[in-house]
Amino acid sequence: MLPLVLIGLATLCLGFGSYYGLFVAPAEHYMGDVQRIMYIHVPTAWNAMLAFTWASVCALMFLFRGTWKWDARLEAAIEVGVMLGLMLCMQGAIWARPTWGVWWDWDPRLTTTAVLLVVFVGILILRQAVDDRVKRATWSSVATVIASVDVPIVYFSVKWWNSLHQMQSTPATVSAAFYLPLRVNAVGVLLLMLGLMIARTRTAELRLRRDLADPLPEPIPLSTLAPRGTE
Amino acid sequence: MQLLAAVRKDVLLQWRSRTRVLAVFVFGATVLLLFSFAVGPNAEALRQHATGFLWLAVLLSSTLTLSETFQSEMEQRALEGLLLLPVSSAALYYAKAIVNWLQLSMLGLSLLPWMVVLYDVSLPRVQAVAGIILLGAAGLSAPGTLYAALVAQARARQTLLPLLLFPLVVPVLLGSVRASALLIAGDPMGQTSAWATLLASFDLIYWSLCGLLFDRVVED
Repeated sequence: MLPLVLIGLATLCLGFGSYYGLFVAPAEHYMGDVQRIMYIHVPTAWNAMLAFTWASVCALMFLFRGTWKWDARLEAAIEVGVMLGLMLCMQGAIWARPTWGVWWDWDPRLTTTAVLLVVFVGILILRQAVDDRVKRATWSSVATVIASVDVPIVYFSVKWWNSLHQMQSTPATVSAAFYLPLRVNAVGVLLLMLGLMIARTRTAELRLRRDLADPLPEPIPLSTLAPRGTE
Repeated sequence: MQLLAAVRKDVLLQWRSRTRVLAVFVFGATVLLLFSFAVGPNAEALRQHATGFLWLAVLLSSTLTLSETFQSEMEQRALEGLLLLPVSSAALYYAKAIVNWLQLSMLGLSLLPWMVVLYDVSLPRVQAVAGIILLGAAGLSAPGTLYAALVAQARARQTLLPLLLFPLVVPVLLGSVRASALLIAGDPMGQTSAWATLLASFDLIYWSLCGLLFDRVVED
């Protein structure tokens, strides 16, 4: 029930924020209407980073505590994070084409997001490739910790290598008409993410419970039911 | 002492299968040759990107070396036997990582003359480039050895290792390529030392982190 409520609230927020952003807020002076994608792009970026940060918290908690609940949360965090990261890259490409004239650019934030996305997709594939549940949980936690440590290093190495990105926007640099839809949408994406994560964590927990349940007794083979003395 | 014994075992293991080491070198040399076909016979462009090609060749060949690391330990459950010995699993990890580092450094160093011949690159500061190769190989081998231990026990190991390792070592690739390119083309801004520091910090972080985490990867 809770995930449904959260996703419902998210729909309301995203509906209002996107309507306001698309039709009420004034067009940006230099970029024009193209800039309106910011109202979904920036909230997606914030929440994607939040999801991946949560994933590394879950991984550390699993390694220290070793309880299944953290494995379920880790699985949910990575899956939702990958979804948000994919959305982020697509929105960014749609925005970059008319603004920068290219779909993609080797900017630190873009490149780091892409690397992060590939790393976490890799961890999801790793989870599929391991049958043993203990190993699957431990290894994906280890890989998540290793990947999280890599994020700042990737960011700074790409920053030294090349740089060109819109300066980060903060409420101080943005007028009120711009940041109302931005904030409403940020809350919307946050609620959507929470709803999806809670639902996904429950699914993962149910799966674990099913897998870890005592195996059913062997069914009695039908041949033993044949009337005796017929052979 | 434990570490020395483990290193000795792994060096011996590599020595007994030295034809494979040679095969990896031949693979790397082939990759270097292929890049020139992708770019075309433009000598200037080839010279400009030579270090990039060298490091991609090392990276691609490294999956062959790394994926074999724990393969022999899986046969007849040798790894389980090793873990039963009164030896810390960190020693086992560092021995594998050191041997991989040596092997990848040798690969990089032996591909260097091949790069000079193919792409007509002059090497004014050979020792410095060799130093960068040692640093870069260390960056590949630390997470590579850990992931090798992990995928050796999983399904689809041929695909998994590069999938997990390549995005992780983006800073190593960037740092090594930039530093060696600057050493070859001249470095008016003095940026080489910054890239070398980046490589050294990556090495330091991952050599310590992976040593800590290895225990969790092999425990049962």
